[in-house]
This record gives sequence, structure tokens and C-alpha cells, in this order.
Amino acid sequence: MKKLLSALLSCAMIMGLAAGCGGSSTGSTSASPSDDGAKTVKIGVYEPATGDSGPGGKQEMLGMQYANKETPTVKIGDDTYNVELVYADNASSTDKAVSAASELVSQGVSIVLGSYGSSVSIAAGPTFDEAGLAAIGVTCTNPNVTANNDYYFRICFLDPFQGTVLAKFANEKFSAKTAYCLGELGNEYDQGLITYFEQAFTAAGGQVIKDSFPTNNSDFTSYLNKAKTANADVIFCPVSVAYSTQIVSQAASLGMQIPLLGGDTLDNNKVLAATKDTDVKLYVSTFYQEGGSEEFDTGIKEWINSDSTAKTNNGGDDTIAAVTAMGYDAYYVALEAMKAAGSTDAAAVKAALPSLTYTGVSGKIAFDSTGDAIRDTAYIKVADNANGAWKLETVQKAD
Amino acid sequence: MKKTNKRGSFIALICVILMLALVVVLENTVPFTSMLFTVLKKGAVYALVVVSMNLLNGFTGLFSLGQAGFMLLGAYTYAIFTIPSDVRDSVFYLFGGSALHISFPEMFESVFGSTGVGGAISLILGVLLALILAGLVAAFFAYLIGLPVLRLKSDYLAIATLGFAEIIRAVFQWDKLGPVTNGANMLKSFPSFTSFNLKDAGGHVVLRLSTLVPFVVATLCIFLIVLLINSSYGRAFKAIREDEVAAEAMGINLFKHKQLSFCISSFFAGVGGALLAMYSNQVQAKVFTAAMTYELLLIVVIGGIGSVSGSCIAAFLYIAASEWWLRGLDENPFLGIDAPAVFRVGLRLVVFSVIIMIVVLFFRRGIMGDRELPDLFRRHKKAAKEVAK
Amino acid sequence: MEFAISILLSGISVGGQYALIAIGYTLVYGILRLINFAHGDVFMAAGLMMVYLSASLPLSVSVPLMVILTVALGFAIERIAYKPLRSAPRMSVMISAIGVSYLLQNLATYVTGGLPQMYPSIPGLSASVTIMGATTKWVTVVTPVLVVILVVALTQLIDHTKVGMAMRAVSRDFETAQLMGIKINSVISATFIIGSFLAAVGSVLYFTNYRSIVPLSGAMPGLKAFVAAVFGGIGSIPGAVIGAFLIGICETIIKGSNWTVFSDAFTFALLIVVLVTKPTGLFGEKATDKV
Repeated sequence: MKKLLSALLSCAMIMGLAAGCGGSSTGSTSASPSDDGAKTVKIGVYEPATGDSGPGGKQEMLGMQYANKETPTVKIGDDTYNVELVYADNASSTDKAVSAASELVSQGVSIVLGSYGSSVSIAAGPTFDEAGLAAIGVTCTNPNVTANNDYYFRICFLDPFQGTVLAKFANEKFSAKTAYCLGELGNEYDQGLITYFEQAFTAAGGQVIKDSFPTNNSDFTSYLNKAKTANADVIFCPVSVAYSTQIVSQAASLGMQIPLLGGDTLDNNKVLAATKDTDVKLYVSTFYQEGGSEEFDTGIKEWINSDSTAKTNNGGDDTIAAVTAMGYDAYYVALEAMKAAGSTDAAAVKAALPSLTYTGVSGKIAFDSTGDAIRDTAYIKVADNANGAWKLETVQKAD
Repeated sequence: MKKTNKRGSFIALICVILMLALVVVLENTVPFTSMLFTVLKKGAVYALVVVSMNLLNGFTGLFSLGQAGFMLLGAYTYAIFTIPSDVRDSVFYLFGGSALHISFPEMFESVFGSTGVGGAISLILGVLLALILAGLVAAFFAYLIGLPVLRLKSDYLAIATLGFAEIIRAVFQWDKLGPVTNGANMLKSFPSFTSFNLKDAGGHVVLRLSTLVPFVVATLCIFLIVLLINSSYGRAFKAIREDEVAAEAMGINLFKHKQLSFCISSFFAGVGGALLAMYSNQVQAKVFTAAMTYELLLIVVIGGIGSVSGSCIAAFLYIAASEWWLRGLDENPFLGIDAPAVFRVGLRLVVFSVIIMIVVLFFRRGIMGDRELPDLFRRHKKAAKEVAK
Repeated sequence: MEFAISILLSGISVGGQYALIAIGYTLVYGILRLINFAHGDVFMAAGLMMVYLSASLPLSVSVPLMVILTVALGFAIERIAYKPLRSAPRMSVMISAIGVSYLLQNLATYVTGGLPQMYPSIPGLSASVTIMGATTKWVTVVTPVLVVILVVALTQLIDHTKVGMAMRAVSRDFETAQLMGIKINSVISATFIIGSFLAAVGSVLYFTNYRSIVPLSGAMPGLKAFVAAVFGGIGSIPGAVIGAFLIGICETIIKGSNWTVFSDAFTFALLIVVLVTKPTGLFGEKATDKV
């Protein structure tokens, strides 16, 4: 009985301790006056900074940081607010997602941007939903992110669209009959995109071989060899950056002639660097092609080159990833939403979102009834092996 | 002696009621968006899992690293049997719908009705049944795994159970089982802690109970574990921990007791896994890795191997520090110190692991050693008496 | 045919790299009866050091420097994290090993900022070569040869030098060896130095093949190498090497089949079967206190 008593007492003690701390740290509001008298509005950045999607998340954050640097204030109603970005690292992992999301909620942000990677966005959905906080998905393309969630919006295209576009491209460009699809086990993004690709590809008379690798795998030669043996015309591997660099470099050392096809995650500088001076043919579908907005391109390049941290986070060079452009647009959509709401109140901002339209560097953004962006354009880029740069292959529209 | 025992349990009961009441009061006074509740919920879940691990590693001396695997079993069992039938198709969209069409809360709804008090009763009963089943499934697999594995000793047992956890994870990710487990993809939309908030007709929350739920379940389970530890079985477990040969000579059936401890620990790990699923609103097999087991083991060590109250304190401290108090370390500036080169992503976990290493190396007994909280008070009293003399 | 050969080739090269890590496990276990969970992370750290060193130094300097630093790391881990616990229960030491592993992984995340690092390409090893129609890197061919050379050298060291004799004595009986005047601590340090050296060499081969390094890169190879050591019979060097090659080849065959989900699980299933049926492994010595 003593132990029982002790267990309970200890719980009670901890409760008291936690309560004491809780009392002091709560009570933050979305708009609080800072030292210089101007008011501050907080935008939550829910992105992975570590884990498999870390590199992508960092590039997406770059866009937001640059936008925040460019436009650090917003005029809401009659007041000018300083915009503060509040970060929470979801570590690319669904079990850290809830606490990262709660962290943003408790900081009293007015709106949330992110995340890169669909799994973590889906996992955090209920938390934002409960708090009545709107979240704008920047590049999470899985349909489940916004489905059945009133508070999740997104500004990118969806996997059913992306999968179809890529399948169509595979058919037209390579007259592909057999596609080898490789995804990570348990990654909502990979598996979802592969399923939609398969649907479109088989509908066009093609044949699909599906395969998955376990998390933290690093040997892809067996998978690539399998694709070779199966006489695949194209390899579709929409996987995280860490894995895609491995796949590309191993494909290079195997001397693969089969073109690799990827989704928006492969539009990353590390992946691009892996294709340099090799024979690997890599095609990716993405949201933005460098050159889309001259002003944005030069501005952000200048910033990235002048800021060493930003450059490291961008993978060591100044090539602009599409996710960066999307992050940039997302920031402005958030500002527009607050302007339209005329308030920093999370509920008002949420109410203003559905009717919002905005033309960003990545194109026109408007939301449909589920909160998804109405988008009909995907850019397909090809890696230029000699120069280590992306070249625009084609622009695909929905039928 | 009897008298003090009675008084002890009376005080304990009061403390429980006070604690639970405090949870309810806190949640309905402090803004619910506070990080406090995230920490309390996860802390309660972890406290249960850590205590169950301590039962095995600390009280029986069986060094098992399979905890994450049993939590996975519990989490999946819970999720599979509570996902409402109308969202099953959207959850299992990659496999064209679910093979199983049982949802416990809905089963009870057909008896008690789905609205008002009847709805609440069916939710509670459904979730309760799913939690118990989650524990039973985990315990059943523990029984099967225990048959070959429990013959091994110390580190060999550790690595074998670790291996089993990895195998379980792979099986649940296997796409041939997709219609049941949703392959490697996420299971979601099942009742979570927030489902227990009382709402009025307009959908506004009247009374928040979402933090109370994990506390009630965890307290109940820890209470059962404490009862077990103080029973003759518990004394047998401790005897095995101290000296297997001597224990056997005293007439303790080694294998039977080890098996019992293993199954019971796994039962509570399964319940804990189900609670973790409720906490995080979704389940995915890839989260339940060896790293999770290591984390739990380190909490056990911090709390003190062989101390239930130590485990509880350590679980709450660990969660609060890692999810809340130390989060600022990842961001510049920290406490007004501006050093972007130092305060960047990852520092929190580095600081954390250094603290853990210090505990492991220099405070090997952890916070509580093998003592419990009342022991501390008793010692104080003794000391006071001696001073009075 | 080409498929079979390329599968076999990558199996042999993976196996060779596991072998170099497995030797570190088997030596340490043989002497301290400790599963050095941090060994896989030392291997990862060696890879990261190489990335950072080669960024500013030529390869002729950075490779030896990386090996020296890795050896120093292995030595330091033993002195700081394991030596103070020499008289503590085995469980405490193992927990300490898990703690070190956790620390190394978190440090790696902090240093790299969560970005995967690209391993520098090493001239000679990174070039492609075609064997019977299957294209691969030179490192695949070099690995088994290098492993054999290192193992022969190591066996010579253990069989014919004073340190080797001391190591054998300590692994036979810790206390008695101490009574005979063997400096236990220096023998244990020597073991960790050899193990870390091999892990450093292994990391060069492994990461030349799989170029991107993340903080968790060492965890899985580490666990698999440990399984290889158990499979071959813990304490036996040739056993660890053969076990590692078998596991490497089996794993790539599974990845080449339709059971890829179970490629990691297979290794653990093998471990459990070995532990339950023949705990001494293929070449292990008599059953001591394992079962």
C-alpha cells in the first residue's frame, strides 16, 4: 500500500509542479504590443527541420523567411503589425507532430503554414482543428490532408493531379509500357502518389510494378537491378530527399539508362547535385520553374548568397527549389488572409481564407470547397547533367 | 502495522481524487491551448508505459527491449476496432476499403443510442473494450514470444526482444495485410482524447475531460501494477531479480513467473500504446522503432530502476522538458542570449542526451533509486524523532 | 544472369562492410560481455568526420586523420562511458551504451542541422566497373579483398603478439587475467581501438557505396553487424566475417524478391532462431552463461 500511496503522491506532486509552470506561461495572445509600440502578429511555421524531410522543410522555410524579410509588416485594419515567424520542428515524424502543433497553438499564432510532407500534416490536422486554427499546407500533396478537415487549406496541387500528369508524361515522352514504382514504406506521400500514378498509367494500357523499401534503407542497387531485369521503361520514385540522392547516385554507378521520374520532393539541390556529371536522366514534376518571376529569383538569390545559414539550408548553392517559391507564396497568402479578415483573430482569419484569391510567383491561388488550391499546371523539369541545373522540359495541364 | 496501511491507502485515495479533480479544474480554467495539457496527456501515457517497462526490467530483472513492439500491437488493435465505419473507406483508400467492419463504439451505439447520454456510454464502453483488447492482444503475443525467448539471459534476451519488435513492425507494414492494417499507412479518425469533451447541442465544449481520460486509465493501470508488485507474485519477481538460483531453490517456478511478468508488462504496454494512439490521433507502424524503446528505457533509468513513483516522476519530467521547457534551445535567441551558431535545431536533444549520460554515469540510482515517495517522508519522520531524543 | 550477378555483387559488398563492423562487436563482446550499441554510431560518426575533413583537406590527409579521430572517439567512449561502470551490473553498462548511441545520433543531427551529407567520392573506389555484364563500383570488388587482408592481419595480431595474447586471456577469464598481471584497462582500450579502426575503414567502403549520411545511418548496419557476430559465434572473428557475408547476401536477395518488407526483419528472425537453437553460433566456443 505504501508504494501505491507513493505513486499517487508523486503524480500529485508533478501535477502541482506542472500547474505552477503552466500558470506562468499561459495567457499569450495573438496580438501583443512589443517594445517599440508596434503590435506583433505571429505566423506559425510547422515544418520539419530534422529527419528525412528536413532538407525539404528547410527550403520551404527559406521562402517564408525571405518573404518575411521582404515584407516584415502587415497592415491589418488601421494598425500596422510586425510579423513574427514562430517555428516548431515536427522532425518529419508523426509521433512528434502533435506536440509540435500544440506548441504553435500554445504560442497563440494567428495562422499556420506547412508542412512539407503529408504524413505530419495529416497527423497535426486534428490539433489545429480543435484549436480552431487555420493551417495552409504549402507542398503537402496528399488528398487526406484537407479531406474531412475544415481548418486545413493548401496552395499546391494534389497527388491525383500530379500522379496523372506524370503518368501522362511517361506515356508521351518515353512511350512507356512498364513502370517500376518505388516508395518508402509507411510514407503517405510516396504511397499515395504511386497509387494515383498507377491508376492513370494502367488506364493508359501500361503495366506497373510496385515496390517499397523500409525506412532508413540505404542500399537501393537491388531495387534498381530489379527494375532493370523487369525491363521497366521508366522508374517512378517519389521519395524523400535523403533517399532520392541515394537512388540517383546508385543509379549512376550502375550505369542505369532507364529514366527516373519523381514528384515534387525530388526538386531539391542535393538531388540535382547527385546527377551532375552522370548519365542519369532525371525528370521531376514541380510547382515552379526558375525564371517564373524574374524579380523573385534575383531577390532571393541575392539573399541566399549573402546569408551563409540560408545557403547551407538551401543545399550549398543558390538554385531555387519550387518549395521555396511555394513557401514564399504561402507567406503572402497568410498576410492577405489577415488583411481580408481585418483582424489577427484565428477564427476571423480562417473565415477569410475560402474566398481569398492571390496571384503569387507560382501562379494564381484560390481555394475550392474542401480547401484545396485550384491548380491545373505542373512543370516538368529535367536535370541537366553537364551543368548541374534544372531545365524546363514541358508544362503539363490538366485535361 | 495494519492501521498505518489503512491510513496509507486512505491518504492515497484522497490524493488520487484530488489529483483527478485538479486535472479537470485545470483544464477548464487554464486556456486549453496551453502546452501544459499536451505535456500532461503524453506524460500520463508515458508514465504507464514506463511503469510497465519497470515492472519487467526493474522488478523482475528481465532486460527486455521489446516495449515498442507491444505498444504497436496495442495501438493497432485499438485503432482497427474503433474506426467508425463511415470513414473506413477514406482511411483504407489505398486498399479499397477495410476488411474488418467492427467498430466497438458503434456496436454499443446500437444498444444505447448514438446521441446524448447513450452516445457517451457507448463511446466509453467501446473505447474501454478496445483498450482491454489492445492489452490482451499484446499480452497474447508476449506469451508466444516469451516461450522461446525467456530462456535467454540479460543482453541476449534484450537483443532477441528488440528483434521481435522489429519483426512485428515489418509484419504490420506488409501490404498483403493492407485491408486489415492499412499496410504501412496511417490509421486515423478513431476516437481520441478530445472525443471525451462534453459538448452542448451547438457543438460548443461545455466541460473538457480530454486530459482526465489518460489520467484515469493510467492511474488505474498503475494501481493494478502496484497491487501486483506488493502481492506474493511481486515478491517472487523481486526474488528472481536478486538471484535466480536462490529463487528457484525457494520453490519459485522461474519460467512461469518470468512469463507472467512478461505478459502483464506487455498487457500494460499494449494499453499504453493504445493511449498513445489516442494522444497522437493516428497510428503508423514506422514510429514504433527501437529508438522509442531506448527512450523509455532511459526514462526508467532516470526515475530509478525498481521505483514506480520514480518512473512516474521521470516520465512527466522527461516529457515536459523535451516537449516544452527545453524547446527554446532549438531556437535563437534562447533566454535572451543571441548566438545563432549555438542555438539551432538539434541542441535540445544534445543537451538532453548529455543529461541522460550524466545520470547514467554519476547518479546511477536515478531520481528515486529503488525507493518510493512515502519512504522519503518516513525517513524524515525518523530523523525528526531522533533529533527530539 | 546479369541480375543474379549484380545481386550477388552488392550482397558481397554489403556483407564485407557489415563484417568490418561486426569484428568490433565481437571483440568487445568477447572481452567485456557488452553489446556496444554505440559501435554503429561510431561508424556513422567516422563517415561524417570524413565529409567535414575532406571539405578542406586533400584526401591523402583527410583519410588518415579521419581514421585517427575515429579511433580516438572509440577510445574516449570506452574511457568515459564504460570504464566507470566496470564493477556495475552488465545492464548498467548496456544502458550507458544506449545513452552514448543516443548522444552520438543527436550530436550528428545538431552538427549537420538535419541535412543529409554527401560523402566525397574517392578516386579509384568510386569509379564504375563492369563484371560479367553487371555494372558496379570498384569498391564492391575491393571490399571483400580488403576484408580478407584485414582479418588475416588481425588474426595474426591476436595469435602472435603480446597484446593479442592478453586479449585472449582476458576474454577467457576477466578476473584471473587481472591476477596474472595483465593490465585490463589497456587491453580493453586496445580492443576498442582495433574495433574503431575497422569501423573507420568500413565507413569509407560503405559510404563510398551509399553516399548520403544521415544521423541514423549507423543504427541499422550496426544492429545487423551485431546479428552477424552472434550468428558467427560471438568472440570468433572468422565467424563474424562469414556471418556478415551471409547476412549481406541474404538481405540483398530478399530485397531482389517480392518480400522486400521483410529484409530487415529477416535478419532479426535469423538472430532469434540462432539464439534459441544454437546460442554459440556457427563457430562459437562452448556455451558459457548465455543460456
